[in-house]
Amino acid sequence: MNAVYLFFQTTGELIALFLESMYWSKAAVRNRDKVFAHMVEIGNKTLPVAALISLFIGGVIALQSGPQLAQYGIQENLGGIIGLSLVKELGPVMGSILIAGRVGSAMTAEIGSMSVYDEIDALRTMDINPVRYLVMPRLLAAIIALPLLVIYMDVIGWLGGAIVASTNPSINVSFQIYYNNLSSLVEFKDVINGLVKSLVFGIIITTVCCYIGLRTRGGPREIGTAVTRAVVLSFVLILVSDYLMTSALLSLGLG
Amino acid sequence: MTQPVNEPFVWEKYRQGRSVEAVGVVIRSLNKSFGDNLVLRDLNLEVTPGETLVILGKSGTGKSVLLRHIIGLMKPDSGAVTVGEIDVEDQEFRKKHTLAIVFQSAALFNSLSVGDNVALYLREHRIYGEEEIRDVVRETLTVVGLEGKEDVMPSELSGGMKKRVAIARALAMSPELILYDEPTGELDPMMTHTIGDEILKLRKRFVVTQIVVTHDVYLAFYVADRIAVLDEGSIIEIGAPEKLRRSTNSITRDFLRSL
Ligand SMILES: Nc1ncnc2c1ncn2[C@@H]1O[C@H](COP(=O)(O)OP(=O)(O)OP(=O)(O)O)[C@@H](O)[C@H]1O
Ligand SMILES: [Mg+2]
Repeated sequence: MNAVYLFFQTTGELIALFLESMYWSKAAVRNRDKVFAHMVEIGNKTLPVAALISLFIGGVIALQSGPQLAQYGIQENLGGIIGLSLVKELGPVMGSILIAGRVGSAMTAEIGSMSVYDEIDALRTMDINPVRYLVMPRLLAAIIALPLLVIYMDVIGWLGGAIVASTNPSINVSFQIYYNNLSSLVEFKDVINGLVKSLVFGIIITTVCCYIGLRTRGGPREIGTAVTRAVVLSFVLILVSDYLMTSALLSLGLG
Repeated sequence: MTQPVNEPFVWEKYRQGRSVEAVGVVIRSLNKSFGDNLVLRDLNLEVTPGETLVILGKSGTGKSVLLRHIIGLMKPDSGAVTVGEIDVEDQEFRKKHTLAIVFQSAALFNSLSVGDNVALYLREHRIYGEEEIRDVVRETLTVVGLEGKEDVMPSELSGGMKKRVAIARALAMSPELILYDEPTGELDPMMTHTIGDEILKLRKRFVVTQIVVTHDVYLAFYVADRIAVLDEGSIIEIGAPEKLRRSTNSITRDFLRSL
């Protein structure tokens, strides 16, 4: 009973925090420097490792499915298979998990230590709204940066698949065939599908990580547990909402 | 170092004749508990506009909790705090009055330089342009003896310097009331003296009410117009320092024994 209550309370508060930061995005233009700084930070923290991850993901899908398709002689479909799985699922999910781990954790740590060391209270006494000052710029930065990161990961993942497809002798699909198939199978709506998902994941990560940061009390130990909790909760919500969105998009004919 | 006392301080120039009055504080039957822990018990206190009141009390008697109620960071279970005739919980309160607090932990923004810490309030509320803000930052840092430290990060400062930056940050808001939570806690006797001088200087120079919370008896007698003794969540005695010296109350006498 208590757990159910807590679940609804937390959900309500998360939604309230999201809505409040959206409300404050009316001050976005004034705070564009801060939004931009957070985007640069997201980029710095994720671009190199995102490239590495997606290169290998693309490669491993090619390695797993390429020889199987080749058995039936339909290996020229590899481009489309890799293209679609990256664009609709793996790009958004892996990108978001990466952001949650590298950027979300830092958000919780920073805001959590501001809560613990009275800095949030200091903001309040200066009549500076912590949601406007801390959450809104991070939310906007994530909303803009995550879809861009996902496109970047999709493209590198395709490339990884193409490299394996063309160099592995038991697959042996040339770059040309791979990309012809990819561009004929991946449609614009599939790309949009992935970007919508990544936008929602960006909202989830920032809201969860800032929420837990703002509620941190105690000392250094509690900051540590808060970070772990924020990252785990982000992961869970990313995967659950991915399933829900996929089934919703499918039933709308957009899957 | 600092400019002569009679020259107008930078806000007085920028305020263009708009005067800021010191405000009084009235606390009526304030009660606050955390679970079973009854921290403030029916606390009553009046602070006169423009005075420096020191609240003296042992560790854990609820001094920080009291200050948090005055500045509106905590809600009372019952009772009320009014500052300048308005309840601090009123929605309009922060539009009408400016209060500043120097936290026990200084609570500087660790990711901002000293200059940006002091400037934050003015910048976020767009009170002045950048040039005027730079003037205010320079002058407030000068008041606390930290001229030229604008670009230093808080992590590079000593505890005493942090406290002084926090005082400068409070001053930059040109507040009507400044609250100090244990301004000299963990500081050496020389630094205690410096902070005490700061508080005295502000009282002479600016129209401001100050409430200083401390367990440091030396500081209390150094800066106070009046001293209130807080014990077990209520004010047990209040008066001018000379009056307290002659007190017959055993708790007050315990405190003063160390003088
Ligand atoms: N947020 C809180 N939640 C629960 N209990 C609290 C909270 N804040 C303070 N307390 C309790 O209230 C009592 C008074 O605390 P407070 O911090 O006001 O003491 P203090 O007089 O400032 O002591 P010190 O001189 O050590 O700073 C303590 O028993 C403390 O445990
Ligand atoms: Mg205290």
